[in-house]
Parts: sequence; C-alpha cells; structure tokens
Amino acid sequence: MLNYDLVVVGGGPAGMAAALKAKEEGVEKIVILERAETLGGILEQCIHTGFGLHYFGEELSGPEYAGRFIELVEKTDIDVFTDTMVLNISDDNVVTAVNNNEGLMQFKAIAVVLAMGCRERPRGALSIAGSRPAGIMTAGTAQKYVNIDGYMPGKKVVILGSGDIGLIMARRMTLEGAEVKVVCELMPYSGGLTRNIVQCLDDFGIPLRLSCTVVATHGKERLEGVTIAQVDDKLQAIPGTEEYIECDTLLLSVGLIPENELSKDVGVELDRVTSGPVVDEYRETLHPGIFACGNVLQVHDLVDYVTEESQIAGKGAADYIFGKKKGGTFINTKGINGVRYIVPQRVNIEGEENLKLYFRVGQVYKGAKVVVECDGKILSSKKKVKLAPGEMENVVITTEMLKDMNKDSEIVVRVEE
Amino acid sequence: MKKNLICVACPLGCPIDVEIENGEVVSVTGNTCKRGDAYARTEITNPMRSLTTSVKIEGGVHPVVPVKSASPVPKGKMFDCMEEINKAVVKAPVKIGDVIIENICGLGVDIVATNCDPGK
Amino acid sequence: MKYDVAVIGAGVVGSLITRELSKYNIRVALLERCNDCAMGATKANSAIVHAGFDAVPGTLKAKLNVRGVELMKKTCKELSVPLKNNEALVVAFSEEEMPHLEMLKDRGEQNGVPGLRIVRREELVELEPNIGDSAVGALVAPTSSIVCPYELTIAGVENAVTNGAEFLRNCEVTAIDYIDDAFKLTTSLGEITAEYVINAAGVHSGEIASLIGDNSIEIVVRHGDYYLLDKSQGSLVSRTIFQCPTKMGKGVLVSPTVDGNLIVGPSAEDIDNGDDVATTSVGLEKIYVNAIKSVPAVSLRNAITSFSGNRAHPTSDDFIIGSSDVNKKFINAAGIESPGLSSAPAIAEMIDGIINELSGGFEKKADFNPVRPEPVRFRHLSTEERAGLIEKNKAYGRIVCRCETITEGEILDAIHAPAGARDVDGVKRRTRAGMGRCQGGFCGSKVVEILARELNVPMNEITKFGGQSKIMYHKTK
Repeated sequence: MLNYDLVVVGGGPAGMAAALKAKEEGVEKIVILERAETLGGILEQCIHTGFGLHYFGEELSGPEYAGRFIELVEKTDIDVFTDTMVLNISDDNVVTAVNNNEGLMQFKAIAVVLAMGCRERPRGALSIAGSRPAGIMTAGTAQKYVNIDGYMPGKKVVILGSGDIGLIMARRMTLEGAEVKVVCELMPYSGGLTRNIVQCLDDFGIPLRLSCTVVATHGKERLEGVTIAQVDDKLQAIPGTEEYIECDTLLLSVGLIPENELSKDVGVELDRVTSGPVVDEYRETLHPGIFACGNVLQVHDLVDYVTEESQIAGKGAADYIFGKKKGGTFINTKGINGVRYIVPQRVNIEGEENLKLYFRVGQVYKGAKVVVECDGKILSSKKKVKLAPGEMENVVITTEMLKDMNKDSEIVVRVEE
Repeated sequence: MKKNLICVACPLGCPIDVEIENGEVVSVTGNTCKRGDAYARTEITNPMRSLTTSVKIEGGVHPVVPVKSASPVPKGKMFDCMEEINKAVVKAPVKIGDVIIENICGLGVDIVATNCDPGK
Repeated sequence: MKYDVAVIGAGVVGSLITRELSKYNIRVALLERCNDCAMGATKANSAIVHAGFDAVPGTLKAKLNVRGVELMKKTCKELSVPLKNNEALVVAFSEEEMPHLEMLKDRGEQNGVPGLRIVRREELVELEPNIGDSAVGALVAPTSSIVCPYELTIAGVENAVTNGAEFLRNCEVTAIDYIDDAFKLTTSLGEITAEYVINAAGVHSGEIASLIGDNSIEIVVRHGDYYLLDKSQGSLVSRTIFQCPTKMGKGVLVSPTVDGNLIVGPSAEDIDNGDDVATTSVGLEKIYVNAIKSVPAVSLRNAITSFSGNRAHPTSDDFIIGSSDVNKKFINAAGIESPGLSSAPAIAEMIDGIINELSGGFEKKADFNPVRPEPVRFRHLSTEERAGLIEKNKAYGRIVCRCETITEGEILDAIHAPAGARDVDGVKRRTRAGMGRCQGGFCGSKVVEILARELNVPMNEITKFGGQSKIMYHKTK
C-alpha cells in the first residue's frame, strides 16, 4: 500500500490543475494517475487553437495549453503514473490502479480528486437504423486518427451533431483534403460555439442543416451513404424529407457523457442532469474526502473554466487534508425556467467567500435575463445578449447574499424572457 | 452598407455590426473588446485565420507533430499553406515553439510546433 | 488442397461439426467466406439455450433441441464457455393467452422438457418484480439457459484447429463439381477437393446445395433487429422473458446476457437478401413497444447498440439434416433457425453419426483433446490473481478497454490463438474490448494499433470485419 495525502484520478487539465493547486496549498504527497502515455488528457489531440484566452490571456492550442501545466507539474515533486488505469476506489479512499510496469498498485489517500473527464456518446445510443459498416465513428475518435496517428479515416464525410468537436473536425478533415458534405444538427440550434460555425463551416462553405438528422446508414463493408431527414418539433423525422447523401464516413458529435463509472462504484451520488457528481462549492462530493472537477463533474465549453473549477477542487482537497474544511450549513441550488442544472448543487451559507454558480440553458435565448432568487427575494438579475445551450454561463453569489439565508433556503436561478 | 459578423477572436463569439462606406469601415459595434474591433476591420478588408494542422515527423513517438501558424494567415491562403506543410518533414526531437517552416508561402508567418516529441 | 471433409460455413453449427470431426484421423477443413467465424446468424441472435417446449413434437427441432440442452453443458465446460442456467418465462398478458401456456407446457412435456410449470401473477411478480402490469401468468422453464453464441463458436473453431482441423477464412465457395468420387470446390482461395461436404452455410445453405444440383432446400431470410442495453440494466430481469409466440417466431424477448447486459428483440420480417443486416426503424420501434409490455422499465436511454441478424427459416419449418438426395456424401445441416444455437451440439453429434455410417467409421485420434483452455478474463479475477498474472506477463497490466476492463494481454492472446482475431470485431468478440458502453470510442484506435503491430501491417490495412471494411484510408502526411 502506497500512502498519499492526495490521489488525483486523471492527468488532463482538470487533474493537473487540482494537483498543482493542492501542492501550492502545501499538500505534501500527491500522485496523479493517468491512463494515457502522457499527461494532458484529451487536449493532446485538440491541436486547434482557442484555449487559454481567459486563463493565460492568449490563444493556445490544446497541447500548448496542456504543456504549460505539464511543465509546472514536472517542476514539483508531484508523482505521476502514466499508462496507468484506475480499477476502483474503495469506500475508505484506497485507489487500486494497474499498469504494465509496476503491476497492481494500491494508493491509500486522505483525499481523492476525480478528474476522469468525459466520453463521447456512441452511435448505439442513437438508434439510427441501417447497416453497421466501417466508417461510422465519433468525431473524437476521428480526431485521434488524424491528429495523433496521422491517418485519414475517410474522404467524403457527413457529420451528425454540431457540437464543437464535430465542427472542429469538419475543418480539420477539409484542410486534410476530405470533402465534408454537410453537418446535421437535430436541434433547431447548434450545440457548438458560434465562432466555430463561422471559422469551421462558413469559411469552407460547409452547410449546417438544423432540425435535421441521420435516419439510416447504408453500405455493407464500408459506409456508402446516409439518409438524412428533417425533424419536427418533437424531433421526429418528417416523412418525405429524406435525402440520400453519398459518403464513406459518418462522424458523430452527439454529446459528451461524464465518465463516472469509478464514482458510481464508490457510491458517489450523481446529478441526473449533469451525469456528474453532486458537489458543494468546494467541489467535494457527498462522499467525504472525494472531490470532482472538470468534465467528469459537468461538461465544460472552455478548458479555462475547467482549470478554474479544478483549482477550487484542489484547494478544497487541501483544506480537507489539513482538517481546515469549513463545516457549515449547506443548502441546495436549483435551476428552473430554462436553466437545466447548476454546479455546485450545494452551497455553504456560512461560506466566507463569493462563489460562482455554473449552469447551462436548455434553448437559445436572445435578450433574456438571468435571475437569481432565494426565498422569493431577487438577489440579482442580469440581461444577456444571448444565452445558448452550447455555452456555460455563471452567476455570482456574494457572501452578502448568503447572510440572509437559513438552512431551509434554496437558491434558484432562472431565465426570464 | 451594413454587415453582420460573428467575432471569432475568442470563444465568446460576439455578434458585430460593421458599417461600410465605399469599401471603408466607418463603424464597428457589438464587440466587447478591442480584439473584436480589429477582427471586424480585417474581416471586411482581408480576412485572416489561424491555421492549425500537423507535420510529418521522423523518429518521433508519433508519426505527426501538431503545428500552427505563429500568427493568422490570409483566409484565402490556407490551402496553399497546407500544401507546403504537407511536404515538410521534421526530425525528432521537437519542442513546443520550434519553427518548422519559416515564412510560409512568403506570407511573413512562421509555422511552429505546438507539441513536443522527444523522439523514440 | 485435399481434404476428407469440407465443412462450409463457420457459424455455431459448422464450428461444432468441425470440432466433432477433428477427433478423427482425417483431414477436415472449415470454409468460411468472411474474415472470421461466427459472422452470420451466429453473431446476432437471442443467445438463448431454449428449454425445448416450443418445437412441434416429433420434429428434428424438438428432438435436437432437448438433446442439445443435455449436451450443451458438457460442450461449454470442455470449451470453457460460460453457460448460465437462468430459467425462462413465457408470459401471458391476458386470460385468453393462458390456454396457450398450457399448450406449450403440454408440448414441452411431450418433447421431454423437465420441470415445466405454470404460475399465476402473484408468483410471477415474486420471480420477476419488474414484470409488466398486464402479465397474468407465465410458463416457467427451469432448463433454459443463456450463452454467448459467438464465444461458443470461436471456442469450437479454436479447439478444432488445435486438434488438427484447418480454418480457411475468406474462402467463398462458388461452384462444386463431383469428379472421380470427390467434390471439387471452386473457392476464392482456389480449388479444394473433399470426399465429403457438409453444408452449414446458414441463410446461404439453399444456394450451396444448389451448387450440386440439389434444389430442395428453400430458405426464407427472416430478419430480426435487437437492442443491447448497458450492463447497469442487466439485472432488470434475471430470467429470459418471452411473450406468447406468433407464427413468425418466439416474439420479442427481454433477457439478461451471459455477459451481464440486457438484450431486447428480435423483430421478425422476411426479406430477400441474406446478407442485408441493416436494422430498420420499424423493427426497432416494434421491439421496443413489445419489450416494455414485458418489462416497462426497459429504457432506450440505456441502449449501447442495436444490431440485426438473419435467421435461415426453412419453408419446411424443420431443420434439414442429412445426406442430399443428389449425392449422399453431400450432407446438409441447413435451415437452422431457432432453436439452432440450442441444438448445435446435437446437430454436430447427428452429423457425426451420419458421416461415420457413410464412411464405415473413421479412426479416432489417440491424442484428441476436447478441452479448450480457459482464456484469461482479467475482469473476473481477484486482486491477488491479477497481481500474479501481471507478474508473469506485463501485458496483462495494461488496460486497453476501460468499460469492460480488457487488458492488452487478452488482446494479444485473442490475436495469437488458433484461428485468432484478424480484425477489430474479431478482437471484440473474443475479448469484449469495445463491447462496453463507449462502444470502442476509447479503445478502438488502440486495438487497431495492436492488430497492426502484431499482424505486421500498416494501420490502414486493419479492417473492422474483413473485406473492404477498412477503418482508415491514407496517411495524412
């Protein structure tokens, strides 16, 4: 058994930021367990730019953003095990992991930070009818083939889902000589950042079809084409609108799912909407000593916010390790009227610092207000030019606001049109 | 003439209105920072884009190493740049920031590595 | 290439026949047109070892099903294939359906199925708390089991090859002549000569028989769609839940799989093309609607994949097993639809009998070994066993498939096994890498990498399942 103060599961941007923050706070023995061959997580294959504008004030590529944290980790005495898979976490915070060098390892930890990230929704979850030939893959898998392995997974491409990875891959495949025929989006709005529609689709004349989905795949061995169709307001395909598109590749960018298998096994309670753990403002789950941050907690739009969140978790873990974690009275937060969820789900009304509540909305709003209220009293109301499901929003809760709350209070965030 | 743009300078994606008279930008509104103003002006006259791709590497851990244009290149020149990048081969080791191709296509912009590859 | 026996078709039937014949001192070849075994109906069916109450008494189906259930235990034990006796229920959803259960019970008893009994709702709910509200009673079949059909097939081929049989993949038979007391098979691998031919070609068994001029086999391709649900749903029911059968088959079932998932299906639709395994939105909708009648908690939110398979439905409604009227040395094992998986060991036994009678009895091998060693299944091992295993071989310390906890060592074993994996789906069926909830999103590219390395070919030559099913095209640079 190896004894550590803090075990961080996952060496992507979340895990690194949490570990670094804990180190900065004075935690001595920290280990990061990473399943890939290097630290960096999914950023290693995100070779496009757009990372770091908030955190570093400059526009970096994924590997560059990760590289800055890797460099910092290397300068500390944080232990790192790469190519190492965590198999389970026990109730008393023993983390069992395995790699082909050290074999099975058990880490006894005072605190654990969950930073496993998320995975892409596969085709199976979509129930698209048709054959199952080669050439149907998630956009992230294609991204790995192109950017890491250096192979083209296709020549004529249809992309289902306008999430950011799908949009980014539309440009990437085009630059490498593929023909991206269309991006279909089931919803009446895009799930990705607007700027990615401009610079990944518009720049290359790739059409974006909203309220449109793939209803069938064709081809026996390799994909030969797909049938797309318009959908109605119940998201059902409208008969008669079917259109056959010849293609050899279908990339899916249809959502990300926080990877919480380990969390579930140890009994960490999950939020039904985020599919991530229920946490308080310190990012501690309901399981004492287990913290969560990054995409395992909630799917983020920008890595900068992952870093921010993970530093909170790293600080929280450090406080826990030093026995400094604030007790207090925790109340629930709740999103209604278009606010799909809120992270953190629990807030300490005796907390001594301002805090941010992060959320996403369920549809596109223009000129709507984000209203925060508690016990019927409006705490803040802010007009937003635009609110979109693809973008994470936040509201600030000040210690001043917390003062008037009691154990039965509930902080509610809603959209007001 | 009025033109509506979505700023791509950062992930915020501000909607920008540009007023153009005789090919000259007379006003930019809707942007929330200076970068937005600059983006709108060049977008009307000479749109520029950052280019990110990869280049072949010999003796590396992976067969390719990611690169970017050190500063934006004209939008219309992206495929010319790709052609030149696709011909290039670098040898490991490579560090972040290493110049892979100088002054690509005579645009005065270098292509630099965005990840390290210490070699096998 | 000269053989004593050529078996055409490496589904579960061809696999177990070849294994049965590999115990003799003869040359046996298993010819498969795909890149792997278990590529037809075998890889896409309900995965049930039926008790045997369904078939009409006196038919081959009835006889071989019940015999198959008896043999299956031994076969699975020898081949180290998990078999779980989970029982089955045929549920009646109205009082009008109850007499049908009596009929099935009666039929089953005539067929020799032990232990059948009928329960009313109270007891049914105790057995399966998640059963639908409209269920009024059920027939309980205690001898029904679940097994993984492709695992059984792969194990059978592996064991046959270990015992000297040859597995010829990508070997499509296009013509058969009978010259000088031997069959000359024209195949995509060249000419193959054999004294006996066994036709186990599934949906194509009619076409294969017609190559020798035997046009007596009429096969209708019966298409069925399935959903496979996440392991978190695998315990919604513990028994296989059937509905009252229709003339198109046993209807939609909801069942745990031996690997712990939940399977829902099949639909049933007769189609023309035996190779068309595209799911249909109509079929998928139909199975969902029927499944929630049995088990309302079934939710497609938890579907990890959908697939379909084609059953070889003989118009005669019974298995076609025996010498062809055209040439007695051409032996059919055709029209094997449900309960084909359940019957497969018994079909192999029957073919063994037929061919030995024709040949006057083959000489047995002294060193035949019926045992296929149990593959390493890291996920089922204790911490101590895992540690010991990694000490012996470090490749078992590298997890490639996270969802199913599959190690690189297991993938290497699958590739280097007799008749080992040659493509991504082959690795998946042998190890379960890519079978989990992310469906290969994480491990898919790693499996491609390992296959390329072990088979010593570039990554872009690795296929999903042979043929043109390439995963990647050219290098980007």
